[in-house]
Formats: sequence, C-alpha cells, structure tokens
Amino acid sequence: MNRTPPLARFAMTIALWTFVFFLAFPLVWLVLTSFKPSAEIMQRGAQLLPDTWTLENYRQALFGERILQTAFNTFRVAVASSLLTLAIATPAAYVLARRPGGVNKPVVGWILISQTFPMILIIVPLFMILSRLGLGNTHLGLVLVYTVWSLPFVLWMLRGYVRNVPVEIEHSAAIDGANHFQIITRVLIPLILPGLVATGLYGFINAWNEFFFALVLVKSPELQTIQVNLARFRGVEGLARWGPLAAGSVLATIPTLILFGFLQKGLVSGLLSGGVKQ
Amino acid sequence: MRKSGMAIPLWLLIPALLPVLVFSVAPLFQGIWLGFTDYELGARETRFIGFENFRYMLEDRQFWRSFRVGGVWTVAVTTGEVVLGLMLAMLLNARLPGQTLARVLVLAPWAIPPVIKGLMWRLIYHPDAGALNGALISLGMIDRPIQWLTSFTWALPAVIVVGIWSSLPTTTVVLLAGLQAIPGEVREAAAIDGAGAWGQFRHVTLPLMWPVIMSITALQAMWNFNSFGLVFVLTEGGPAGSTRLPMLFAYEEAFQFGNLAYASALGTVMTLVIGLVLVAYMRTQFRAAQGGTA
Repeated sequence: MNRTPPLARFAMTIALWTFVFFLAFPLVWLVLTSFKPSAEIMQRGAQLLPDTWTLENYRQALFGERILQTAFNTFRVAVASSLLTLAIATPAAYVLARRPGGVNKPVVGWILISQTFPMILIIVPLFMILSRLGLGNTHLGLVLVYTVWSLPFVLWMLRGYVRNVPVEIEHSAAIDGANHFQIITRVLIPLILPGLVATGLYGFINAWNEFFFALVLVKSPELQTIQVNLARFRGVEGLARWGPLAAGSVLATIPTLILFGFLQKGLVSGLLSGGVKQ
Repeated sequence: MRKSGMAIPLWLLIPALLPVLVFSVAPLFQGIWLGFTDYELGARETRFIGFENFRYMLEDRQFWRSFRVGGVWTVAVTTGEVVLGLMLAMLLNARLPGQTLARVLVLAPWAIPPVIKGLMWRLIYHPDAGALNGALISLGMIDRPIQWLTSFTWALPAVIVVGIWSSLPTTTVVLLAGLQAIPGEVREAAAIDGAGAWGQFRHVTLPLMWPVIMSITALQAMWNFNSFGLVFVLTEGGPAGSTRLPMLFAYEEAFQFGNLAYASALGTVMTLVIGLVLVAYMRTQFRAAQGGTA
C-alpha cells in the first residue's frame, strides 16, 4: 500500500530524527551536565560526555541546597490538592454528565473562560482573600489555589469518563435503594477508577510544576516549593553553581517524567472523550 | 423508578462550586475592580479613579513595548509550533523506522516543569559552557561565542525557539490524534484519483484537519500570550525589556514597584486583547471555512 519512493522515505526519516534530536537534546544535555565536575561544566568548547563522572553535584543538591525539604513541601501540597480536586470534582462531574443541558452550559463556559484570563488579574485579590482567611503564606492556601486551578480540566475529563459508564447500572442501583452518595461511592467510583487515577496524577503534576502562584503566595523559605527554590538559587548563586543546579533539576523532573510516561495515553483519550457529545 | 437526569440533585455541585466562587470568580471580579482604583502595596486607603490607570497606560512606553514583544512572541511561537507540529505529526504517522520510540522521545519536553525548561536552555545557550556555542565553534560557523540571552539581537529569537520547543509536544499530540481520526480510505481514494503527496495534503488532509488546527492555534495563542515562568527563568525580560512579555511586565509592576492597581489594569487589558483577537480570528476562520467549501 506504500507508494512513497525510497528516497523520500529516507529524507522523511532524517527529518523525523532531526525533530527528535531537537526535542530531546536539552534534557540529555542537562542530565550529562549533572554528572560533570564543576571545572568541566565551565570549560570552553563544551563536550557532550563528562571526562570524569561524578555524583558530587547530587550530593550537594540533596544536602546543601534544600532540595529534599522543598521537594517534600511540593509533594505534600501536590498530593493534598490532587486528592481534594478529585473529591469535589467527582460529584460535580456526575451531575454534569447525567443532567443534560441546564447547568452544563455555564460550567463549560466557565471552564473555557478560566483559560483566557492571565493570572496577574487574580493574583492580587487572591493574596488578599487568603490573608483575610488566615491562609496567606501557608501550604493550605496553596493547596486550595491549586485545587481550583486544576478543577476545570479535571472536571472536563471526569465528565467524559462518567459519560462512558452505562447509565443503566446507576438505575438498577437506585432501584435497589441506593442513594446518590452510595451510587457515587459504591458504583461510579469503582467503574471510573482508572480515569480517577489518571486525572489525579494530572492534578499532581500540575501542582508539582507550578511556579507563579508559589512564587507570589509563599514567602517563608521553609515553606518554599521546589520550582521556586530552583529558580531562586540560579538568581542568587550565579554561574558557579550550575552543577548542583543541574542535579537538582534532574531530581525535580523525575517524578513528572515517570508519571507522564504512565499518563500520556490516558490523558489524550480522556481529553478527547470529554469532548464527545452523546 | 427514578427517571434519568432529573433525579440528580444540584447540591452535588456545591463542593466544587464554592471554592471556584471564592478563589477564582471573586478574585477575578475584584481584580477587574482594582484596575479602576489607585491601590498600591501597603496603601492605607484606596480610591476609585475611573479610567486613570488605562489613560496612563496609553502614555506608558513600557506598556506598548511589552505588548509588542508579547505580540511578536505569541505569533512567532504559535505559528512555529503549529506548522512544525503538523509536519512532525505527519512524520510520526508515516510508519517510518523507529516510530514507536520517536513518539515517546518527542513527548520529552511535555513532562518537564517550565522552570526547569528555562534552566535547561540557559545551559544550552550559555556563552562559554553552552552546547550551542560549542557546536557552532567546532563546526567553524562562528569564531567568537554569541551572547544568546543577553544580546539585543538574539535574546528574543532565542527565547522564541525555546517557546516553540516547549509547546511543540502538546500541539503535535493533538494534531496526531486528529490525523489518526482521518480514515485511511479517504486518502487512498484520493491517491487512486491521481492525487500526489502534495495534492493529498492540500485537498484531503488539510481540509479535514482544519477544525483541529484552528482550535489548537487559538488555545496555544492564548497560553503563549499569558506565558510567564519560562521567560522569567530564561531572561527575566531582559536585556532592557527586549523579552519582557506582558505577564512579566505586570509582575514587575505589581511585586517590584508595588503598583498593584496598575498591574491589575494591565491584566484586564491583556484579557481584552486576547478576547478581541480570538473573536476576530474565529470570525475570519469561520468565513474562510465557509468560502472554501462553497
């Protein structure tokens, strides 16, 4: 069936792998840099592979640069916010998926609008509201902000998953006397569990990677997230610290890289199924 | 027996609705309101000053500059990623050798936090130790290192390349999903009718893909215009504002100079600009689509 001439296929293969090189090389360079001794990193005429491989940068990043502490902070915030997002989004997704029309329009409208406005517009009032609630400069405040911030996409995906569940199952549970709470917890949640896991991981990654809110809303160094820590220690320490910085960056990327590996299929299909109308 | 739909109570929405109202809707309206006041960091009282902030903006050269930079950045990054994304998606769909591996590797930047994307590229662009200058010098293409991120000539193009690199995976994945939804028979039929590779692309693939291309372009343009973390880490808007995107400008106004009201007004104008451009874009695309099929 393939009519493309061999020469064209050869050119296309070269083009494909040029793209792959462009997209993957910076990560490769970062990883290799993280294993180079400081003197080698700053050498002119940079080499791809380290002459001497060293773990010194990792040692310094882990024990000297508060990477562990800030990673733990971020992990706490990310887990709490993704669980909270699922807890409030699941019943909402159930309503949206099973009540056609009516509430759906304003909610979908809000999901779209929330994508358009810049965060600078809400950050100042958000800061004021959080302070008034006594949540300024706290992890709980950040958890709530991340929850609301992930919610549109999570809701969109979960609505799609719920729609794929045959409604008859819920009807028969209702006939057996189950109330709405029981239908959600005993019937729906087990059926959409893979979707919940995928969406929860999405929320986790979202929070783990987030920078702007964490930069503005959290002031105490001991509460800082890992992204702010990495962005900051570039600013203050300057050039000489590239080794530990590269090592810290590799460590901070590993969780998201692994989770994305699991997720990519589910995310794309969830994104598309959320959009399918029935 | 319960009827479907009507029986499900609306109060199940409340747990999701309440935080959205408190932490998203309320701050949004308050932010718009702040743009019409003289609120500053640490100010005792706040006055309503009408359109004063917006009038000041019209005379503020920094404002015009940052919105121009934002415009160039948004158009260049969005066009680049959609054109390259379409090419890449088609290559990934062409059953070339190593396709499965390529599909995984291509997603690499997707998973990386924006801050670290910025740090990575600072390492690539580093004048002395960077991979780019190293490669160009050893290939004999330049003889002195180029200051990629601190020169007026190169900073904006260099940052735009990172922007394209950063969002190419998302765009490609969406476009690839669109391509895979085109039934193979459609293209085979065109091939039997004698359409060459370009003809198939022009008359079959492109028209069928148009809705997907249109929506991803609009979404990405929105995200790119509001972009912050990547450029903040790369250049902090420098040198001398030549990469200062609107978000970076507003951030500086708010948190370096304490002009919270002015920053909020900037946010409102950003929203308006995005909204107007999107509406205009949707209109022309809609007309073009109708004209094309007629």
